Amino acid sequence: MINLALSETQLAAFKEQLADGVIDHDGLTADYDADTETYHIETPAHQTSVGADELAAVDTEQAAYITNWYFYTHEVGSEVTRAFCRWLEQAAEHPVADRYDALEAGISREWGQLAITTTISADGTRHYEVRHVDDRDADATALTTHTDPFDAREIGTLDPKGRYRPLRTAPSLKSGWIFPDLSAAEVYETVEAFYPATVVNWDREARGELDVDHWRDEQDRQSGIYNLITVLPDDAVDWAAAACCDDSQCLKRREWQLSENEPLAAEGGDGVFPCRGPCSMAVAAGREWAKLERENTQSYEFELTPSEKEQLEAVIDAVADDEIDEIREADVSKGANRWRVRYLREKRVDEDGNLSGTPTHPDGNDESAD
Amino acid sequence: MQSLVIVAHGSHLNPGSAKPTHDHAATIRETGAFDEVRTGFWKEEPSLREVLRTARGDDIYVVPLFISEGYFTERVIPRELRLEGWDPELWDSEGISADTATLIASDIDKEVHYCGPVGTHEAMTDVLIRRAVSVTGDEDVGEGFGFAVVGHGTERNKKSAKAIEYHTERIRETGRFDEVKSLYMDEEPEVDDVTDHFDSKDIIVVPLFIADGYHTQEDIPEDMGLTDDYRKGYDVPTEVDGHRIWYGGAVGTEELTADVILERAADAGADIGNARERIRQRTKPATGTAGE
Ligand code: SF4
Repeated sequence: MINLALSETQLAAFKEQLADGVIDHDGLTADYDADTETYHIETPAHQTSVGADELAAVDTEQAAYITNWYFYTHEVGSEVTRAFCRWLEQAAEHPVADRYDALEAGISREWGQLAITTTISADGTRHYEVRHVDDRDADATALTTHTDPFDAREIGTLDPKGRYRPLRTAPSLKSGWIFPDLSAAEVYETVEAFYPATVVNWDREARGELDVDHWRDEQDRQSGIYNLITVLPDDAVDWAAAACCDDSQCLKRREWQLSENEPLAAEGGDGVFPCRGPCSMAVAAGREWAKLERENTQSYEFELTPSEKEQLEAVIDAVADDEIDEIREADVSKGANRWRVRYLREKRVDEDGNLSGTPTHPDGNDESAD
Repeated sequence: MQSLVIVAHGSHLNPGSAKPTHDHAATIRETGAFDEVRTGFWKEEPSLREVLRTARGDDIYVVPLFISEGYFTERVIPRELRLEGWDPELWDSEGISADTATLIASDIDKEVHYCGPVGTHEAMTDVLIRRAVSVTGDEDVGEGFGFAVVGHGTERNKKSAKAIEYHTERIRETGRFDEVKSLYMDEEPEVDDVTDHFDSKDIIVVPLFIADGYHTQEDIPEDMGLTDDYRKGYDVPTEVDGHRIWYGGAVGTEELTADVILERAADAGADIGNARERIRQRTKPATGTAGE
């Protein structure tokens, strides 16, 4: 195990705490017997009773538990940060002694597209490194170094193609950066800046206190231009959740349903952190879907070859699954290949943009989605 | 522990919309006046609905980075923050005098101080004047200059014009500029005809908007004739009909806006020490030229 040394500050804090009461923390119990001037310290492998001047020389296992107590009670500010840091080092699964061994090498966990590695220094202080999961094996010197947690917001603003990311939990975070050494408070702020409110909601969920706002709650609350979503049919809510909240689009695990008693059929996803209610993007999209759903269906007759029909389906898939960029220029066998789509347009779409020359509103009725 | 929570509109389309909010949050963080500064948005994350749970303070001050009282400050924000018992009457304002109301936010079962919007605070007048300085690069700008404060107009929100008129009057009262007028985008007197409304050769034009976006970067410059295509940019100043137009862009991007946010919180009881003086020092005018 790492060669731990209890500092003067840690010892002073330990004594001060025991002067007022006992310690019962993460496998460590300790108290002070004023009559015999003895500290009783119990950890899984050792039970000792020592005087004040022997405290500094407790065995490594006990020192680990004491530094662990000190770190979590004196260096980590809030309860949420504490819960998060404990999750980062898998505290629930590993007792302190094992954990310290693992922390020496570094314990890594994933939070969305973040890889967060916790390490420890000789006084038990944790250090946190954050990088993109895709940079897991990259040499740190090849990545751009950041020290200010609030830089994370800027990094997360544009995707790798330079497009704005209005949904911070979309799986489109760019890579190439690193926060090499953050404190507990800083790692919390960094994650908060990348993925706002995900830690607090995860924490509420872990305590069994996540307050979920279901779609119907959202519908009831909307006013102004958004009350259009009140007319969105229930089936459409399921399509919307499947379209927008899927793990391929958003890394939150959707916990909201149509209502508490009406679950949606769409998958909620496997994300670590929950989504507790339709986000503003989902609501804005819902408003658009509501407009579309007001239209009636209409029968059209098109002439297409079987391959052309399949090509249209392939184009839909390529756009929906964001695969356009993967289709090579010359791969004209792919339905969504640009040349092939242009060929289809030349052949099947007239100068007014109508597929097969079939007007959208054959009876001249110009009923549109607006 | 004191927390400041700045709430703003944000955008799904324009990454610049939230920038002033984040910039001012950073400026205030640097002063150390609050133990934490959080931001929340209607259209971005964290949402208004979840921002309070990210704040840890015992004393929480919520300041809307909005230009005027109205739909957002009176309905959307209190509803989304879940302020129990909210009623616009609590602000006892006819449109420009909202100060603060203290209510329980049911999301966190704690009291929060809900402040009036930044745009209607008297200190916003100083920010407008500061923008005149930064856009001209002249510390003493005033004599020989006209000053136009530009707003949306009343079409969407009656109270927004009140904020414009309020600051126009206050700037006029300083006697610093030869002429000071309110102009609007969708009603008379219109910003399109800016040169008709001023005798002064030099006219400073500053929209009372929080963030730069379509209106301040595309609409207004084109409507005033600074450029026929906003993408080509324009000079500051630009010569139009024999006048020189010094167009400043959205006033909310001026660094000194951070000071108004602090004032709002201080008015609601926050202990901000000497943070205001430090912000005033720190945000000394640059010889900036918007639009380049
Ligand atoms: S509603 Fe939730 S899960 Fe769906 S896209 Fe928005 S944040 Fe993601």
